[in-house]
Amino acid sequence: MSDWATFLVEPLHYAFMTRALAAVVLVGVVCAVLGAFVILRGMAFLGDALSHAILPGVAAGYLVHGGARGPLFWWALGAALVSAFGIGAIARGGRLREDTAIGIIFAGMFALGIALVSTTRSYAVDVTHILFGNVLSVSATDLWRIGGFGALALGLVALLYKELLALTFDPILAATLRLPVRLLHNLLLALLALAVVLALQAVGVALVIALLVTPAATASLVTRRLPAMMACGAGIAAASGVVGIYLSYYAGVAPGPAIVLVCSLCFILAFALTRGRR
Amino acid sequence: MSEAPSTNPLLFRHAVHQADAPALHVSGLTVSYGGRPALESVSLDMKAGERVAVVGPNGAGKTTLFKAIAGLVQPDAGEVRVFGHPPRRHACIAYLVQRSAVDWRFPVTVRDVVLMGRTREIGLFRRPRATDLAFVDRCIEQVGLTPLAHRQIGELSGGQQQRMFIARALAQEAELMLLDEPFNGLDHQTEHELLALLETLAGRGVAILVATHDLDVAATHFDRVLLLNRRVIACDTPKQVFSADRLTATFGHHARTIRLADGMVFVSDSCCGGGAP
Repeated sequence: MSDWATFLVEPLHYAFMTRALAAVVLVGVVCAVLGAFVILRGMAFLGDALSHAILPGVAAGYLVHGGARGPLFWWALGAALVSAFGIGAIARGGRLREDTAIGIIFAGMFALGIALVSTTRSYAVDVTHILFGNVLSVSATDLWRIGGFGALALGLVALLYKELLALTFDPILAATLRLPVRLLHNLLLALLALAVVLALQAVGVALVIALLVTPAATASLVTRRLPAMMACGAGIAAASGVVGIYLSYYAGVAPGPAIVLVCSLCFILAFALTRGRR
Repeated sequence: MSEAPSTNPLLFRHAVHQADAPALHVSGLTVSYGGRPALESVSLDMKAGERVAVVGPNGAGKTTLFKAIAGLVQPDAGEVRVFGHPPRRHACIAYLVQRSAVDWRFPVTVRDVVLMGRTREIGLFRRPRATDLAFVDRCIEQVGLTPLAHRQIGELSGGQQQRMFIARALAQEAELMLLDEPFNGLDHQTEHELLALLETLAGRGVAILVATHDLDVAATHFDRVLLLNRRVIACDTPKQVFSADRLTATFGHHARTIRLADGMVFVSDSCCGGGAP
């Protein structure tokens, strides 16, 4: 076998590596597709806030159930949904701007999470795993969960594609067509919360925003239509995930940051190469 | 004919137009934002095929009036009826926002945008059928954008962008079109092409309400002019409306008026030079 083939195949002898690769590809695709809506609707700050706001959910799940991952997923999703709709409730009356509401919930939830984790004995290790992910520990059950809920998210986006597109491009059109605007917006928030929770294990809460924003932004530089942008973003995210895992295996870098750095590099390349266009 | 009105979009059924009802009936419309009145007791009736220009200074409530007519803001008092029913019962009202409010980098083509007008008609969970696409292409053809149908929207000129939104209104099968400052940033030639298109639409029975700073256009290309400054100052034919007294009441000292021989007045709006491009 040639050197290159050995280089590529060797890590695959470990089951945890193949699971990690499958997980980052699935998570990358889901995040990039929802990320297209995140960047087009200017929701980057909201996405970042949601990813940090799941920390108390994870911590509470950890304290209540020990290390079991199944319940942890639901606790995290619960925290993300509470944050998303809490932000909506604070901003709705028009007394405060939405970004102010996001800042308040973001900081409050994150502090609650850190406070909860600080009561455990293995504080430093736990916080590092939650903040920066631990994709090499993905189990077969985790993988099924990521695949199942990821498919659900992508399926809903596909089913409601034209409604979500109209709402994102021109909310006034969506309203005058009497589409269920509020429902669609809330659905998008829920899907965003779901994506963030699925990405948690891969890259950690601190870096989830990179998977949501960077591949979609890179794709937006080189495509002219939304479906192409979603497909391209998904490809970039999946490829970055795979390259990041190999980088992690051979260079000993933590996988989460490695994946995000590859995403960033792709963006810088696309940005430099498309300079002067449009 | 008079089903129980539903504001739940999932239960939405398009109201049946009442044959004898005016295209638009607004009476005693009062809207306020956080206690500050934006519109006070505004009334307006429009027939199908009529073109009305809404003229007034910045902050006069033009956009608020449009939003109330489209059913996007809840009035404090008064009523809006579109073909005899509240606006929320209709999907036949097209609201064309100012071009400056649109993200022109958005990854969509002209055809994608016009197709959005048929979102409701295609139906939830469905993909566009061949008939929808053919309909959309006819709408694009009617505004003369067929050669540009597959361009990304940021590549269009200002006039083409405005025509694209009219094509979308056609795809929506709109019978009442609300255009917010459509002439901003357009050159003379483009402005006249757009006016000709509006005239064609009016000829087909579409009621057209246009907010504009351009008093010259309002005076020459519209059946009636609504002078608005939170209240209705005047609503009549251009010749009746453009009298020096009424313009001063609308614009205050921002308008300089010069009386001409034929009774019309020459005006320059020194307050708000047309807004953002």
